[in-house]
Parts: sequence; structure tokens; C-alpha cells
Amino acid sequence: MALPPPDPQFVLRGTSAAVHALHFSCGGPEPEIPLLFSGSENGFIHVWNLKTHRVNTALDGHGRKSVYCVETMGGKDRLLSQGRDQRICLWDLAEGRTSVTDSVFTEHVGFCRCSLLKVAQGRWLMAMAARSLEEVQILELPSKTSVCTLKPEVGAKLGMPMCLKLWQLSSGSQPVLLAGYEDGSVVLWNVSMGKVLSQLICHQEPVMSLDFDSEKAKGISGSSEKVLSIWSLNEQQNLQVYKTHELVNAGISDVTIRPDKKILATAGWDHHIRIFGWKKLKPLAVLDYHTATVHCVSFSDHSNPRQRLLAAGSKDQRISVWSIYAQT
Amino acid sequence: FCFIPGGLDCSISFVSNVLGKVCVHGRQKEILGVLVPRLTDLTKSDCIWQRICWQLVEYVPDRWMEAVVLGFVQRAPGADVLSRLLGNLVVKNKKAQFVVTQKILLLQYDHTTAVLQNLLGYLSLDGLRRTLLLRVLKELLETWSSSSAVKHSPAEQQLYISKAILLCLSHLKEPEIESCRQDLLTSMMEGMKCHLDSSLPQLRRLGMVVAESISLKINTEGPVLKFEYEEDDETRELKSLLVQTSSLYVVPSLPDHDRNEKAGAALLLVPESNEKSHTAIPVMPDEESDAELDSDDDLIPYDMSEDKELKIKAPVYIRDCIEVLTGSRSEDVDKWEATVKALESLVRKNPAATREVSVELAKILLHLEEKTCIEGFVELRQRAQVAVLTTDPIPVAKYLTSQFYSLNYSLRQRMDILDVLVLAAQELSCPKFHGKTKHSGAQKPCIQLLLGSDSSKDWRRIVDERIKSKTRRFDMGQSRVDLASCPNKFSSVAGYFFFPLIQHFDRPLATFDLLGEDHLVLGRLVHTLAILMYLAVNTVAVTAMGKALLEFVWALRFHTDSYVRQGLLSCISSLLLSVPTEQILADMTEELLETQSWLGDVMEKDPDGDCRRLALQNLLLMENLKKKLEAVPS
Repeated sequence: MALPPPDPQFVLRGTSAAVHALHFSCGGPEPEIPLLFSGSENGFIHVWNLKTHRVNTALDGHGRKSVYCVETMGGKDRLLSQGRDQRICLWDLAEGRTSVTDSVFTEHVGFCRCSLLKVAQGRWLMAMAARSLEEVQILELPSKTSVCTLKPEVGAKLGMPMCLKLWQLSSGSQPVLLAGYEDGSVVLWNVSMGKVLSQLICHQEPVMSLDFDSEKAKGISGSSEKVLSIWSLNEQQNLQVYKTHELVNAGISDVTIRPDKKILATAGWDHHIRIFGWKKLKPLAVLDYHTATVHCVSFSDHSNPRQRLLAAGSKDQRISVWSIYAQT
Repeated sequence: FCFIPGGLDCSISFVSNVLGKVCVHGRQKEILGVLVPRLTDLTKSDCIWQRICWQLVEYVPDRWMEAVVLGFVQRAPGADVLSRLLGNLVVKNKKAQFVVTQKILLLQYDHTTAVLQNLLGYLSLDGLRRTLLLRVLKELLETWSSSSAVKHSPAEQQLYISKAILLCLSHLKEPEIESCRQDLLTSMMEGMKCHLDSSLPQLRRLGMVVAESISLKINTEGPVLKFEYEEDDETRELKSLLVQTSSLYVVPSLPDHDRNEKAGAALLLVPESNEKSHTAIPVMPDEESDAELDSDDDLIPYDMSEDKELKIKAPVYIRDCIEVLTGSRSEDVDKWEATVKALESLVRKNPAATREVSVELAKILLHLEEKTCIEGFVELRQRAQVAVLTTDPIPVAKYLTSQFYSLNYSLRQRMDILDVLVLAAQELSCPKFHGKTKHSGAQKPCIQLLLGSDSSKDWRRIVDERIKSKTRRFDMGQSRVDLASCPNKFSSVAGYFFFPLIQHFDRPLATFDLLGEDHLVLGRLVHTLAILMYLAVNTVAVTAMGKALLEFVWALRFHTDSYVRQGLLSCISSLLLSVPTEQILADMTEELLETQSWLGDVMEKDPDGDCRRLALQNLLLMENLKKKLEAVPS
């Protein structure tokens, strides 16, 4: 007899606006407080204290325009945020400061979240959608120098890039970029040479979100249709469809694989969070709490596995935090 | 004189005379039945026999020429045979020319399509005759594009002329089309206008098909005219005429049409399978699952039985529905859709709540426009309106009938009002029909009214059945299922539906002139009144309604639109069937006598076939009344 799905461990209220981005920073040793960063539609970034469940600080750096991406750069003191004011801001949060140290003017008017990859100590690569419709620009941070611009060939008709993921097989190897586009295809780019390595049509509708497991060379993408697509990368760097999974209701805003690669979570337009086993995409749970579209899901980076959490942010202005499958 | 092998001269005029006399006495079938096949064989390759044949027909005296030519045109098995038999008769003989180019095409219309094909094909086969073909086309187009012809000539004649036009077009060659392109274009525009103006759907379709065909011929490159209409046998047959078939006999076009459809479908399937190959063969992880234990197994799934398709809940209270439908928040589009879908059943389940807000709801529904793309929006709205009207008939009927004559409504909205009134009246008078129309019998016009003007046919069917049931008194057994009886709810409200509609028809408004341009709405109004009259049988107001209706019909009886006239005649039928005989004979004898003479006129002289039939029916009904009068012992 299957158990009913669990309730959230706790719910964070107080953003007063739809939540579009979430990022945990819980990896620090005790007595550091585990934190959750959230980006909202009213332009604020809230820093939540996961012990007290209250907001520590609210950062206002995007001119009240929606913040749709937050990432930490090596610890909770350096934050990167991306907003609809066409800017990416770099924050210094050490010792209670809340200042924007640098910003990049992307001129991108869409919703494509940027992707960060640490390539060396203090050096990052960032992939972001650029001003021109189909292009992706790779910048090096913190120097903000452009590494390359990835332009699809003329007539490819991919549309806007919708989601990006930079990764490298191991430290020191070539960085590659996976980009999901408006026409439903996922493209693998070689960043250093700026060339397409492989292209795969995964969906009939735009790819809303994707995530990739570099160990197993397998990735998953969600779209506005009813299908989740799982694809793999073979030795020749070619993308192939591995499996598809049909959902009950159409529309996925976000998909993320837990760092231990055991489970993954999807954020659905039907107000549900779905949990699947990563190995075979076995449906595990449907978490029903929110009353509006779930915009983002994120797994925590706790070093102690039992403390691992899953957070989901929704249009109903709440962030639900769950402890699920933490025992394995 | 002509020459036959052997060097003998002979005169053939005697034979021509015989042929002519026999034909004019009506024996074309017998003589030409023998003569034509024989001559066909003989003239196949022998040009002497051809010349004999030509002289044969040329020498037929003028007074018998028509019969002979007509006979040949009807009997010849194909245009090329006709050409061999008649030669250039039409060019040489004035009477033959008149018969072929004027009489058969413009003054008669009961010939078959094969006859037309023979005739027009014959004209096209020789250079000398082709000028006649062009002249014929011009005259046909003049008739086709004349608005008075469209209004007053019978539908069968218009179909005939349309066929002739299409056949002419199929024979025209490029240079000829070039020379008369401008004329074709002008005629097409004018003709299209008159046809689309007509209230009869058959005529509108005819106009559309012919206009499309003309456009196809004159615009060889670039976009052609394309209308949207329902294809039926008639339109398919017409379109097939445009394509030149070189065979002798008419080939039915329907198999071709089906084949084309299948070919189109096959083409669609091919690109799909191409797309699939793009995404490559899915990699099957067979080895993995055999070798490794599924480590997902230690992840126990939770209960997911609650996971269902997301349904937006519609409001449960009528007042909430009103809020949603009048709200302007664009975000609640899903809720708006759900409300529109659920409204009818909510109204029916909560009659008391509906009665409180009935007029407001009726107003909202009348003005409701499609916000998102819902399937069957028009039907959903109509059903909701009918539900509101039947729940609270009197105030809502007052509202709707007053709006019918108000300013600033579209024709579509006014016709919607009429449809809703009729459907509601039906439901009120026979409530068993609501929802479940499984009952057998003739009464099944409910949904048809949505599509509009075809309702007259169904009502005629019903009236026919009623007449049948009234004239045959013998025991025929149960021809219809006996319905459980219940009070007629329409009785108390019939007057509210009927009288306001009939009151203001002669008062033109700034945007609405029933007696002028908006004769389509007038036609619909008349049909609606006929139906309301029919449904009012056994009600208290029926006699008063009958009198008012009779006056109304009398005022409009010479209307030029045949759809309106059909409606007026249906009104008379309904009246005769619904008003009890005693009342008719007591109150309306004089008017009925006048009506009878008018009906006689219509039956004989009205150009529209349906009108004539309806008039005859009405006269029969009146005969029944007379019999009743005689049967009653005085």
C-alpha cells in the first residue's frame, strides 16, 4: 500500500510576488547558516535563513523588474542574479554587505537563464543569451571578456535560446554548452571552436528547461507539451533520444537532477512537483501543495545527505521546501 | 442536289420534308431513333454521306426546323457526332441558329446536361461556329449577372444556365479568353453580387461555384477566387463540367474526387515519417538492465492516484457566472471558458436563482463575444440563452423581442434572437424534447434551426405529416410513439413571443430596414412567426394570433424575395392547422376567401417551385375546412 505523498517540511512566505528562481547555499560547515536565495517578480532577491525560516536580507538591484535567475559563485558571499532589466548583477554579500560589484548588460529581452561553470580558481565561464535573436554569448567572469559567440547557421531557424547548460567532462577538458531552443531542439556546442557538435529535435514545442548528468552522459528536457524527453550523448558526441515520458498535464517550467544523480524533480504548470528516479525515469511522487504554476525547483547542496532538501517556487508567491528521499 | 456513288444525281429535299413533318408531329423519337444511329455509322468516315446528311437537314423547311434540330441535339451520342450530322447548319440557317443559340439555352431549361454538352461541344468544334460560342457565352453571362433574373427566375433555370456557362468556359481557348477577359471579369463581379444577395442558399452556392470557375479561367497565374461552402452533389457535378472530357459520354466525377482526396491524405502521411527518422533510433539499454540491479528499486514510489488532469473549476452559482462573464480581467480566461461551458446546466439546475437575474443574464448572453477559441461557442451560447428563456419566459421574451427592433444590433444578432425564441417555444410546448431527441416521428427540427434558412424544408415536412394525420381518418395504427402528456407551458407565454415581433415590422430604423435591404432577416422573421403559430396550437391566444398573422401575410404577399414568400405561405399553413376550425370559420371567412384567390394565383404563376407547392398545400388544407363545414349538420 503506497504511502500518500508527504507534505512540505516548511513553507516560506513573504516574497509578495511570484517566485521565479531559487538557489541553495548550504554546503558550508557548521556553524554557518544554511541559506536559500530566491528571485521574485517584483525585482527582489530574498536571502532566507533556513533555520529561522525568515528573510535575512532583501536585495534590490534590478529596478523592480523580475529576477529569473540566481546562482552563487563559490560560496554564499558571491551572488549572481539575472533580471528582466536586461542585466546580470554580481553581488558581494560578505560580512553583511549588500552591494552590486559589477554588472553585465546583456540586452537580452527574453527569459533564458544564464549558466555558470567554474573553470579555474576564481575564473568562471558564463553562457547567456545575447541581444541577437538566436545567439548565445560566452563570457569569462569576472573579467567580462567575451570568449566566443555561438551563432547557428543561416536558415537553421532555431528561434530564441530558451535554456542553457555549460559543463565539462572533467576539470581541464573542453567546456561544452547544451542549449535548448524555441523550435524544440537541443544543440551541443563546442565552446572553444564555436561550432555545433550535434543537434537533436526533442520536442514539438519550445524547450523550457534542461539538465544534464555528465557522468552518465544523459540529459533531460521539459517543454510546454506533455512529453519529457531524455537523451544521451554517445562517444562521437552525438545526441540521441533515449526515452520519452508522457505526463498527465502539459507544461514543465523547470527540471533539475539532484546532485547525487538519484532522483530528479520537475516543476509543472499544473501546480504539481513531480519526482522521478533518474535511472529509469520511474515516477516516484507527485507533490501537491501549490495553487498556481510552479516556476522553479532546486535541490540543496547539504553535505549531510539526511538534511537534503528540495525547494519549489511558484506563482502563488510561496516557496515550499520538502524533504524527500533524503534517506537513500 | 447532291452526288452519290454511281454518278447519280438525286434530290434529297423530299426526305427532308418527310423528316420535318414527322418530327413536328411529335414522332422524333421513332424516326430519329432509327435514323441517327444509322447516319452516325455512315458518316463516320464517308464524307459523301456526311454531305448527304448535311443537305438532309438543310433542306428541312423552316417551320419544322426547330423540331428536327432539337431532335438531333437530344439524340446524338456526342458533340462530335452532332458535328458530323449537322455540319455548319447553325451558320447557314437562321432558324437553326436561333434554336441552338437562343431557344434551347435561354428560353427552355428542362434539357439534360448531356444535351447541353452536345450542343456546346458542337459549337466549339468548328472555327466558323466558335464565334457563335462566344456570343452564346456573352448572352448567358448577361442573364446570369442580371439581378432581376436571379430574383425572378426559377432555381432550375438558374442551374441550367450555370451549367451552360461552365461548359462554354471549358471549351474556350487562351486567345479567346484573352479577347473577352474584361467582359468576363465585369460579368463575374456583377453576377456574384446578385447571387450572394439572394436568400436561398442554393442560389448563393450556384453563384459561388460559377464565379470561382470564371476566376479560374481568367486568372491563370496569381490568386484565384475561392469561396467557402459545403460541397454537395450539385456543386461537384458543376465543377466537373469545367474540365474538358474528350470522351463521348459524360463521365461521373465523384470517383475522381475521392481519388484526389486519398492522394492528398497519402501525401500528408509521408512528411511525418520523414520527421521521425530525424530523431534517430532510440537506444535500448538492454545490457544495462540485465547486468545491474535496478538501484531505483530502493526508491519506493508514493501514492500517485490523486494525479489527475487539471480541471479549471467553473463557478457553482449563477451570480458568480455573471461576474466572470462580465469581468474584464484577461487573466481569468480559463475560468471564462469553463463558465461558458457550464452555464446551460447551471441555469437549468437553479431555476429560482436564474429567475432573479434572468434579464441581466439574457442581456449578457446576447452581447457575449468569443474571447478565446472554444469549440462550439455559438451553440453553447445559444443553448444557454434558450435555457434562460425557458426558465423565465415572460420577462426575457419581452427583453429579446424589444431588442429585435432596437438600434445597433448586427443582423446576426437579430437572427440569433429569432432562433432562440423558436427553440425556446419548442421546448416549452413539448418539453420531452429537451436534450433527448431520440423520439421518432417527424418533429425533429431543433438543431437544424442553427443553420438557418433550411428550416422551411423541415417545417414543410412536419406540416405534410400533420396534413396526412388530418386527412386520413382510417385506422393506420400508431405511426408515432405516444408521448406522455404534460401541460403545455407555451400556452401562457405564446403571446409574449409572438405579438411584439409582429408589431413593428414596417417601421424602419436607422440601422435596420426589414422591408428594404434586410429582406433576409424579414424572411427569417416570417418563418419564425410560422413556427410560433404552429406551436401555439391549443393555446388560448391562438385565434388572436391567427388574425394578426393573416393581416401580416396579406400586407406582404407580393414581396419579391422568394424566401419571404415561402415563409408567408408557411404562415398560412400553420394558421390553418393551429387555429381551431370553428374559430376560423367564425372569425376569418372573408379574409380566407381572399387568401384563397391569392393562393390560386401563386400556385399558377409564382416562379419559385417551392412557393407553388406550398400554395397547393394550403389550398388542399382549405378544401378540408370546406368539407368540415359541409359535414357539420347545419
